[in-house]
Amino acid sequence: MKNYNLRHLQELESESIFILREVAAQFEKPALLFSGGKDSIVVSHLARKAFHPAKIPFPLLHIDTGHNFPETLEYRDKWAEEIGAKVIVKYVQDSIDKGRVQEEKGYNASRNALQTVTLLDSIEELKLDACIGGARRDEEKARAKERFFSHRDEFGQWDPKNQRPELWNLFNGRKNIGEHFRVFPISNWTEMDVWQYILAENIPLPSLYFSHKRKVFQRDGQWLADFDFMMKKPTETVEEKIIRFRTIGDITCTGAVESTASTLEEIVQEVAASRTTERGTRADDKRSEAAMEDRKKQGYF
Amino acid sequence: MSTELNSQNYLDMDLLRFTTAGSVDDGKSTLIGRLLYDSKSIFEDQYEAVKATSEKRGEEYVNLALLTDGLRAEREQGITIDVAYRYFATPKRKFIIADTPGHIQYTRNMVTGASTANLAIILIDARKGVIEQTMRHTFIASLLRIPHVVVCVNKMDLVDFQQDVYEKIKKDYEAFASKLETIDIHFLPISALNGDNVVDRSPNMPWYEGSTLLHLLENVHISSDQNHIDCRFPVQYVIRPMNNEYHDYRGFAGRVAGGVFRKGDKITVLPSGFNSTIKSIDTFTGEVEEAFAPMSVTITLEDEIDISRGDMIARENNQPHVSQDIDIMICWFNNKPLQPNAKFVIRHTTREARAIIKEINYKVDINTLHRIEDDKTINMNDIARVRLRTTVPLLFDSYSRNRNTGSIILVDEATNETVAAGMII
Repeated sequence: MKNYNLRHLQELESESIFILREVAAQFEKPALLFSGGKDSIVVSHLARKAFHPAKIPFPLLHIDTGHNFPETLEYRDKWAEEIGAKVIVKYVQDSIDKGRVQEEKGYNASRNALQTVTLLDSIEELKLDACIGGARRDEEKARAKERFFSHRDEFGQWDPKNQRPELWNLFNGRKNIGEHFRVFPISNWTEMDVWQYILAENIPLPSLYFSHKRKVFQRDGQWLADFDFMMKKPTETVEEKIIRFRTIGDITCTGAVESTASTLEEIVQEVAASRTTERGTRADDKRSEAAMEDRKKQGYF
Repeated sequence: MSTELNSQNYLDMDLLRFTTAGSVDDGKSTLIGRLLYDSKSIFEDQYEAVKATSEKRGEEYVNLALLTDGLRAEREQGITIDVAYRYFATPKRKFIIADTPGHIQYTRNMVTGASTANLAIILIDARKGVIEQTMRHTFIASLLRIPHVVVCVNKMDLVDFQQDVYEKIKKDYEAFASKLETIDIHFLPISALNGDNVVDRSPNMPWYEGSTLLHLLENVHISSDQNHIDCRFPVQYVIRPMNNEYHDYRGFAGRVAGGVFRKGDKITVLPSGFNSTIKSIDTFTGEVEEAFAPMSVTITLEDEIDISRGDMIARENNQPHVSQDIDIMICWFNNKPLQPNAKFVIRHTTREARAIIKEINYKVDINTLHRIEDDKTINMNDIARVRLRTTVPLLFDSYSRNRNTGSIILVDEATNETVAAGMII
């Protein structure tokens, strides 16, 4: 008999497509949370595959902190057009103007945490009942406990100690009015899986992921991009470096690494040889040992 | 995705999902930490964080068990609360570990972790031998039909690496396990703390001639773990593009739950019973000739038949059972006991119905495997045989024949919580 066995990336892809179709079947108003980072790009690529030849039956939702790299925004619009998806953009600036949130102050000020309020307000306004995200369990210790279908109460909160058990391929998306779900189709993928998949599928990425020259300054052992709104300490000097980004998020908390990797093949090589995790370049995770867990409980991505 | 795109090793790896079960302090977290560390899946920043915590706590060694702590409450209490998933890869395979806690809510978490596993690692403390919890873990692995079981006799360093200690435990275990329907059992003596026989062969146990744990995990035969005989395709979602290019396209999207489907196959749609022929099996990258479990594909048919989510495509001469009365082993997950005549939402493949528990046959004492027939109160973590009645017929196989079409969950209609998992007999 022939060997009917999928290779591991095919099995992961098949699992993710199953989850995405399950979202479309179980929920009335889902949206895909799109950041312009590689993980949400892979999820939107999988969504295109899941519903082909029909269009993706839900929009991409981008929460724009106002501190996004221009390359991210340019990519977002181009990619959405290519995959035929509708994009909804909500602005953290609007939440600040309405007084819903207060801008952080000081050198490490970031709008990363403020996004949670804008996101939860958008979920309420758009009456979303499921938000699909690109989070992976290998990223961070609190995320290792996350479900594929993750329940959020009416305050958008996650209760990690009281999660619904998830068995076989049976997903329970039932909820009361006002509650919603976060759904993570690529939960079981690792950073390496994502990169290998992007390479195998030849998925286009924002230029930020590839090696380029940029004005940066060093803080806590990381290179941060120099923009007008980045407050620098007197000791921090701007230099020009050959760098690339391993993750893409809000400019204020996304660290760059020195790298000459300019093709997908070279990036894969670099990831394979890397001795630190990609979240090691994220200042938002370094605030405390349970930083991610705390943000997730409040309704973060 | 196309396999021919790249000849790299990475694209040629397969996937093994395993679960780990152990009692408190038998070294489960240390073993996982050891596998991750010795297979070089731990990054420097993770290692440094664990090292700093170990030092802060005044521990002598870098405590690899800390690598598996997730939530703040777990770190504070030094326990694991919930199933956590870990990942590592060797050039041969990628591994997904469902790391299940050994104490609170043990059954619920073990059943959850076991439901998707190809293999279970059961840890036995060499000083304690086969204890009640070993039997419980083995019973759950057998109940959930995990195809392979690896029994690791751990802490061999604490019994001076003596062969006769290991052999006695092996004999005791075999005597117990022979009563269960476990398919494939392996034994090995290890010390997770020092790494003996985990990734590298132990110089301390020259009498052991079998393979190391990692070698076993890399080579255990998994391609026959799925059912490739009985064709089952639960329709998950109907794809209707309704645009000019695909004006009349009606595709039935889903994940193959069993068997091999081919273009041109004669099929029967259930529950309607209409027959048709497979016109195409579609994916984003084009048609495929055949589809097998667990592939996600879209099937189109030659005839226009009314099909919706929850229906099943099977073969005319090989169909699932169709019934509203279902005999089932359930595991109860909720702190509120099961109420007699309670009604639930039942989820089975892509089908949803309402269900009522008509009869509780017996409970199982999971430590002795005895049937309890006089006490029929079902509390959290209890396993019981019951009879369900559903509002619409389910299209099912026995769980032992097909895990995909033989499994269900029950959801409480009032709270929406998943209150039970079930295996159809």
